[in-house]
Amino acid sequence: MPSRHKSLVLLAGVILLQVLLLAVQIKRDSQGRLIRTWTVGAVSPFERAGSYVFGSFRDTWRNYFALRGTKKDNDDLRRENDALKLRIAQLEGKAAEAERLAGLLHFRQTQSDVPMVAARVIGGSPGTGSLTIELDRGEKDGIRKNMGVITPDGVVGKIIDAFPNTSQVLLLTDERSGVGAKLADSGIQSPVGGSGEPLLTMKYFPNDDDVSVGARVVTSGMDRIFPRDLPVGTITEVKAGNPFKQIRIRPAANLERLEEVLVLLTLRPLKELEPVAGKPAVPEASNSPTSQVANP
Amino acid sequence: MNSAFDLRMGESHIEVHKFRTGAILIATLLALVIQAWFPLHFARLALLDLPLLVTIYFGLSRRNPSTGLLLGTAIGLLQDSLSGPTVPLGLFGIAKTVIGYLASSIGARLDTEHPAARFALTAGFFIVHQAVVALTRRILLAQPEPWFTLHLFGAALLNALVAVFLFALLDRLRRQS
Repeated sequence: MPSRHKSLVLLAGVILLQVLLLAVQIKRDSQGRLIRTWTVGAVSPFERAGSYVFGSFRDTWRNYFALRGTKKDNDDLRRENDALKLRIAQLEGKAAEAERLAGLLHFRQTQSDVPMVAARVIGGSPGTGSLTIELDRGEKDGIRKNMGVITPDGVVGKIIDAFPNTSQVLLLTDERSGVGAKLADSGIQSPVGGSGEPLLTMKYFPNDDDVSVGARVVTSGMDRIFPRDLPVGTITEVKAGNPFKQIRIRPAANLERLEEVLVLLTLRPLKELEPVAGKPAVPEASNSPTSQVANP
Repeated sequence: MNSAFDLRMGESHIEVHKFRTGAILIATLLALVIQAWFPLHFARLALLDLPLLVTIYFGLSRRNPSTGLLLGTAIGLLQDSLSGPTVPLGLFGIAKTVIGYLASSIGARLDTEHPAARFALTAGFFIVHQAVVALTRRILLAQPEPWFTLHLFGAALLNALVAVFLFALLDRLRRQS
């Protein structure tokens, strides 16, 4: 038999066998479980190996090649993050400024009959010899030498020089600075001055008088610069001395972070303030004639 | 055994290719494994019929109808076995037996090395394969099966395209004459 016929016979035979196989499966409702089990058993190790290889390849792709653009994305996001941080800082600064200005406005509104002018701090001490700040308001705004400078928190200092458009303030912490003060509770008077350090000093407090840490110190009005009862600070340290006690006071106003201040254009007494957001109120100034000093 | 020999039919000059040891077995197993496993991760690749492509390739290359049909039978039955209970044993077996025989017979008469010829032959064999499967389902199993659809036409073209590259890859498994 020619090979061509042989292959045709083989073809017919193989197809016939498979048709019979199909028929058997249909007739017996069998699915050739044994053959399938063998086949699956033989092929599944290769499938498992293939799955492992593909899994490794996929992991490599996902963890390396697919991440090639990640560095650029990371850089972009970092730049964006930096820009957003800067923006947040700007907004926080503006929010803080708005809060401060709101405090000033509130203070100014409650003292609407007291002439005062709000000024922005535009500079600090150029040298180490003195503790001064520079304001953006000057003589054109009515500011004169020796006027008091305050914030809603308390006394800041006094004007030591006024120029047409700017003015200079000697801070309360400067060695040459001083303010007439008294204890808010007992009324014992003693001047308070700076020492070139962040804390103030109550200079001539008699050893015989009692004073305790935490006592509030307010202006006495005796210096003819500040009206009475403006907050000066709180006593943080009391030591016995000879002939006077050594008393240290933390300033009520944050003198290290001043941005806006109020310059008192008169020594007319201030009204009592309602506390705002936990801040100390400026107590009512006395109507005592001794504290009423004409506007310089 | 010589690595290759010439089969002369009249004026034609057709070379019969031999393959490295185990090449056919490994290629077949790989095709089955990939076929069983690829659609799990790449659903669109379910259109590919790699066992069919392997059957066609080795049928065209070996050019021996008996070998081709037996290889087709083996691959088809293995594919049936791996296809689950919805595919009875013999469904793809019969179809690939026919394709193995046809590919070997045609391969013995035509030069099938050119990519264009491989593309056309693979597309044609895919259609024949689908026709045999549909015939088997309709007549022997009484199951509904479309003869041919546009979707299957697209699958035929896709398989033919893949065959061009796959066959070039499988050519590397040949022994050098």
